[in-house]
Amino acid sequence: MLHHTRTIVAITFVMPIALGSFAHAEDKEEDVAALVQAAYEEDGKHFTEDDIPTYKVAEDGTVDWYTFSGFRRYHSECHVCHGPDGEGSSYAPALKKSALEMDYYDFVDVVVNGRKNVGASDNSVMPSFGDNKNVMCYLDDMYVYLRARGTDAIPRGRPGKKDRPSETFRENEDACMG
Amino acid sequence: MKRLLTCSTMVAALFAGAASANDGLMSAIDNPNDWVIQTGDYANTRYSKLNQINRHNVKRLQVAWTFSTGVLRGHEGSPLVIGDTMYVHTPFPNIVYALDLNNDGAIKWKYEPKQDPDVIPVMCCDTVNRGLAHANNTIFLHQADTTIVALDAASGEVKWTAVNGDPAKGETNTATVLPVKDKIIVGISGGEFGVQGHVTAYNMETGEREWRAYSMGPDDQMLVDPEKTTHLGKPIGENSSLDSWEGDQWKIGGGSTWGWYSYDPELDLIYYGTGNPSTWNPAQRPGDNKWSMTIMARDPDDGMARWFYQMTPHDEWDYDGINEMILTDQEVDGEMRKLLTHFDRNGLAYTMDRGTGELLVAEKFDPVVNWTTGVDMDPESETYGRPQVVAEFSTEQNGEDVNTTGICPAALGTKDQQPAAFSPRTNLFYVPTNHVCMDYEPFRVSYTAGQPYVGATLAMYPAPDSHGGMGNFIAWDNIKGEIVWSLPEKFSVWSGALATAGDIVFYGTLEGHLKAVDARSGAELYKFKTPSGIIGNVMTYKHDGKQYVGILSGIGGWAGIGLAAGLTNPNDGLGAVGGYAALSNYTALGGQLTVFALPD
Repeated sequence: MLHHTRTIVAITFVMPIALGSFAHAEDKEEDVAALVQAAYEEDGKHFTEDDIPTYKVAEDGTVDWYTFSGFRRYHSECHVCHGPDGEGSSYAPALKKSALEMDYYDFVDVVVNGRKNVGASDNSVMPSFGDNKNVMCYLDDMYVYLRARGTDAIPRGRPGKKDRPSETFRENEDACMG
Repeated sequence: MKRLLTCSTMVAALFAGAASANDGLMSAIDNPNDWVIQTGDYANTRYSKLNQINRHNVKRLQVAWTFSTGVLRGHEGSPLVIGDTMYVHTPFPNIVYALDLNNDGAIKWKYEPKQDPDVIPVMCCDTVNRGLAHANNTIFLHQADTTIVALDAASGEVKWTAVNGDPAKGETNTATVLPVKDKIIVGISGGEFGVQGHVTAYNMETGEREWRAYSMGPDDQMLVDPEKTTHLGKPIGENSSLDSWEGDQWKIGGGSTWGWYSYDPELDLIYYGTGNPSTWNPAQRPGDNKWSMTIMARDPDDGMARWFYQMTPHDEWDYDGINEMILTDQEVDGEMRKLLTHFDRNGLAYTMDRGTGELLVAEKFDPVVNWTTGVDMDPESETYGRPQVVAEFSTEQNGEDVNTTGICPAALGTKDQQPAAFSPRTNLFYVPTNHVCMDYEPFRVSYTAGQPYVGATLAMYPAPDSHGGMGNFIAWDNIKGEIVWSLPEKFSVWSGALATAGDIVFYGTLEGHLKAVDARSGAELYKFKTPSGIIGNVMTYKHDGKQYVGILSGIGGWAGIGLAAGLTNPNDGLGAVGGYAALSNYTALGGQLTVFALPD
């Protein structure tokens, strides 16, 4: 797990400057929290200093609306293959790990375009969700939810307390869902 | 792999003799030495007259031989045995093996279809397949991608293929087919993708489509006669389905037909259930959503509907009504009746007159069922036959974006597809059940062809204030509407039961145990742990004078989704003694057939 954590950190720092090389992990131990640290907020949506959407859990456990929205949409669209709470199933990987092991742009690429791993012992196919509004309109929501799960910032199950959705969220949702 | 093109000139020659297939299959079903149909018989009793293995000697059962299927995903259904040959199927890619029982199970032939793997993620809940059918020296395979293949039973050569649906629209298959007369009856999956569910008959000899009956839509698409097709004894009238939907929602209305089918040769009717309406968000589909969630009786010759009974009008919980109809002749109030017994996902067990569709009994088969207080049984009442919904557990009344908590049963139902058995020696039904409750929050969802169309988020957990496990195996009296005995299980019982004249009942568990219990008392008589969790159905046959019991192992299916990760319990501290521990602590993937027999 530690090894993974270090790798993730490296990838994420490399990504914004579009370097193709996956430099091996820094020797110093990076805290995974730094990877997902919320740096600023825009209308209830949180971002890292690299402008990647992220979650925010208040000290009293209140989660931001996008994380909650991601919980709902994940359990509608993804859970029949990937299991409850991003935990994985008998035939599909645990996305709470994938969301940390893949950077934001790779994550989006796989959701939009799908991925196949079909062979003698594996029949694993991720479909393309590119034209599915129930996924595409909530992609950031799912991503931040899964990262919150992967870092154990929120426990399994339904988040207890949550922020209200912002006007911006509602406007964007209506525009996207049509 | 063998693949031959259908030769149209041969078709005409084969046309004669088709009508006798039904007689051939019926006499084969009557021979207890074979297992020629997934459901044991046309009545779906899953009862065998074999009694060499019985309640006195079953404790001495041993593994006789095993066979690895070479596929890892969830293995539902069971092998067939016809004479000296056993036919074994697999999940996607849907391989068929013919095994020689005279030669230590050597492979006589193998058929592996080529299917586009894009069908895999369109299948809700793993790539299971519930097995092959046999009639007229032909093996029928219904693939995941809805291609139906007729294989020569002796050689494995393809006689014909037909395509029943379009995976690009979310239409897939997990079910077996039912051979009846000169036809095979075929269902469709895709309730979570907004399909318009249907049942279709194909000519057994040619593969030509003969009729198709939709679960919802205009009268002519549904093959109903508004005056003659009845619901609880009254004609359904014109536009019975269209009037129960808003706008064109019925076109993506679900009502899939992926369960087991039964047939009564005397009444000449086939029986099956239709699934949940799409979406899972009830606010997006006002109305009763007919005829989703409905028991249907149809004429196999032309598909015309004789009677319907809608169990869960305007579903609010995904209580997908596809479970099997078990046909028995039993005494009710001193009179012999032709009965149909159905254990629905909604937690109610229905006993009906299968000739008329009259409702005789509707009772909860798990005491924790709480979304309804029961069915209105007063024929004079305006709500006759409807379940009385408890407001607290109504996701419709609580509305969109509201989390309704503590609903029992969960969406996987008090019982899912895993078929029950009936023993005429005890007049009891043996039912594999789930003991799981849920929280359910519906919300707005948008339809895109071929994409999931769900619109709700669910959390599932073991029934609170109970034994902590997620399943029970019960004996049910369908006349009294009562549980006779109930065996608690750690996990949902996802395996089809088998009852035999040896007065024993077999079932499998998700941990991988094959169990045998006393048919009268439920006392455990035998247990053996197979290599992987069991979601297959127990079958039995006799070869060279010896009775065998066979079961497919291979964890997966719906059970592989939540249970593999362990269900969450929002009420931690209820003392559920590890009942919701992850299934992955007990078993791993692996497809294997295990065959048992008594020692010589």
